[in-house]
Amino acid sequence: MKPFQLVVLSLLAALATVSAPARAADPSGGEIVKRSLDAFYYAGNDMRSKVRMKLINPQGNVRERELTMLRINLGKTGDQRYYIYFHGPADVKGTSFLVWKYPGKESDRWIYVPALKLVKRIAADDKRSSFVGSDFTYEDVSGRNVEDETHTFVRKEDLGGRPTYIVESKPKTVIDYSRRLSWIDSERWLPLKEEYFDARNEPMRTFTADKVELTGKQWTIIARSMKNLQSGHRTEVVYQEVGYDVGLKPDIFTERYLRDAPGQWVR
Amino acid sequence: MNAGTGKTVRVAASIVVSSLALACSMVAAGQGISLDGFAQSHVAGRTSRVDCPSGTACDFPATELRGQLKAEGRNASGDAAFLARLDLLRDAAVDDTRLVTRELFGDLTSEKASARLGRQVITWGVGDLLFINDTFPKDWVAFFTGQPMQYLKLGSDALKVNAFPGPANFELVIAGFRPDNTPTSRRFIFADPLPAGLQRRTQKPGNDSGEGEISGRVSGYLANWELAGYVSRTHYRNPAWRVTGGEIVGTYPRLNTIGASVTGPIGKGVVSLEAGYYDSPQDRGGRDPSVENSQFRGLVGYSRQLWEDATLGLQLYGEWMRDYAAYRDTVPAGFLLKDRLRKVATARFTQFFAHQTVTFNLFAFLGLSEKDRYVIPSLRYAFSDNLWAEIGANLFGGRRNGMFGSMQDNSNVYLTVRFAF
Repeated sequence: MKPFQLVVLSLLAALATVSAPARAADPSGGEIVKRSLDAFYYAGNDMRSKVRMKLINPQGNVRERELTMLRINLGKTGDQRYYIYFHGPADVKGTSFLVWKYPGKESDRWIYVPALKLVKRIAADDKRSSFVGSDFTYEDVSGRNVEDETHTFVRKEDLGGRPTYIVESKPKTVIDYSRRLSWIDSERWLPLKEEYFDARNEPMRTFTADKVELTGKQWTIIARSMKNLQSGHRTEVVYQEVGYDVGLKPDIFTERYLRDAPGQWVR
Repeated sequence: MNAGTGKTVRVAASIVVSSLALACSMVAAGQGISLDGFAQSHVAGRTSRVDCPSGTACDFPATELRGQLKAEGRNASGDAAFLARLDLLRDAAVDDTRLVTRELFGDLTSEKASARLGRQVITWGVGDLLFINDTFPKDWVAFFTGQPMQYLKLGSDALKVNAFPGPANFELVIAGFRPDNTPTSRRFIFADPLPAGLQRRTQKPGNDSGEGEISGRVSGYLANWELAGYVSRTHYRNPAWRVTGGEIVGTYPRLNTIGASVTGPIGKGVVSLEAGYYDSPQDRGGRDPSVENSQFRGLVGYSRQLWEDATLGLQLYGEWMRDYAAYRDTVPAGFLLKDRLRKVATARFTQFFAHQTVTFNLFAFLGLSEKDRYVIPSLRYAFSDNLWAEIGANLFGGRRNGMFGSMQDNSNVYLTVRFAF
């Protein structure tokens, strides 16, 4: 190699080294959480998955829920619709939920009770309530608003071999937790771990992404768990048959299909 | 054939039929048919100290063991399906064993329309245990004895056609007549103003003589509000009793209804409004005391979450009788005189505990004009996904000439245990 070329290469290398920290001006806490919510709850235009939940009490007794979840994003407004159909256990088989979610206001929710052929609208101010008795809240299932909390970037950290941003989020209004720490994958933008603290700053609940896979073009958490550290109750969830952009139509998310499950998607 | 052998034959026939159903379903199970069911025990014991007439079951109006088998399936393309829900029931309160077809129907579905033929449960309207535009058959005996809520509704033998042309859904139901299951002195104690000692019989409307029933519903969304309109040509499902020629004959007079409902979010809760007009064509002048007068019915309800896993729902309901003066002039002595406007308030409070394995529910009807009440507390515990037990009570009280107050000798406590598979 000629001396001139060596000089140029050395200069380039030096330039690269110098510019690296400048390039990686870290995004703000709010930006990280926004990207994370998009990756976690808005991937694709629509999504279909079979979901298996195990609700495990401190004595180790297990209750199971098997459901099909359908989701569609309606344009760029952030409005979404969810359809959830219960395959089991036997006593709730055929029960279905419909959720119309809006970023800025309370969701609309309906439940269908098959034994009564009854569609009932549910008072929707329950996003922090448990989803079907699990350790996940409704909000954990269908997503929260980035504006509901203030977000502060804490630091970068490797978690299980993945690069993450740690963000601290504090609810703007008083709810069950006072702050939350999230470990968000800085390349795939999925939350890999979340710790919730109560008003006395005691650890309350821990979310972990136990298995992440590439489904089509979307990174997907296909196994996740939520553990209540105070009661010892925990919930393990596995997503199966995950498909994005499968071609769901908005009319599936209406009363007609709440009463009569769309056989093409609910199997 | 004496009663003993008759019963044996009925039991045997029930077992044969249910085994056959089970066998057929098992054979077909490989082709996408699913089978579920449960075994359930239900006992209700009366709490009032009033003596029970001998030969009736009013001390324990419900003492039963029930097995339910549900089979459902659909073809590969999903455009044809069926469901069968059969109960084999040992009704020890009245010493009877029977096979009950709760539901048995076939479905055909396309993108723009669907049809369902057979025995099916249909529920309309937005009231919580208050029915205005839902004129479909109900089982009040099951309700008053604390049976699980699904037993309040009886199936209709009907053809139901739905069309989904665009933003609105149309539903048309053509059904045969089926009466409500209403309390009788077999299991309940109440004052009976009809003359004692006369033979009683009911005359049900015939379906082949133009006395069938037809109901329609149109529903749709306006933003996130749901609107629905209803119309039906049906019958009263309680008999109108009349003494004729030395016997008491119960008929089911014609009833035409028209109404509408709307539900939507207000504040942090859900508001429901429903109204309807009951046209009683066999008593348009209101002078026939055995047939209900025409009336308007309306309700407004609001429900919201109070705190985590706790919900409160309140309703105000009214029935306004037309031609009240004619009714008041003609109502026979001994019959309770109803108010022109009958007002009822209801409250429902539900709270879940322990990851929703424990459910406390309290429902109360409060008769504002009749000064009576009906309170239903219940506590359910799910031991596992398969096994739950519920204790509860049906507590009637207040003035005895009110609709709920007249039932007050029948207050009861109940226990239900269900194992689902």
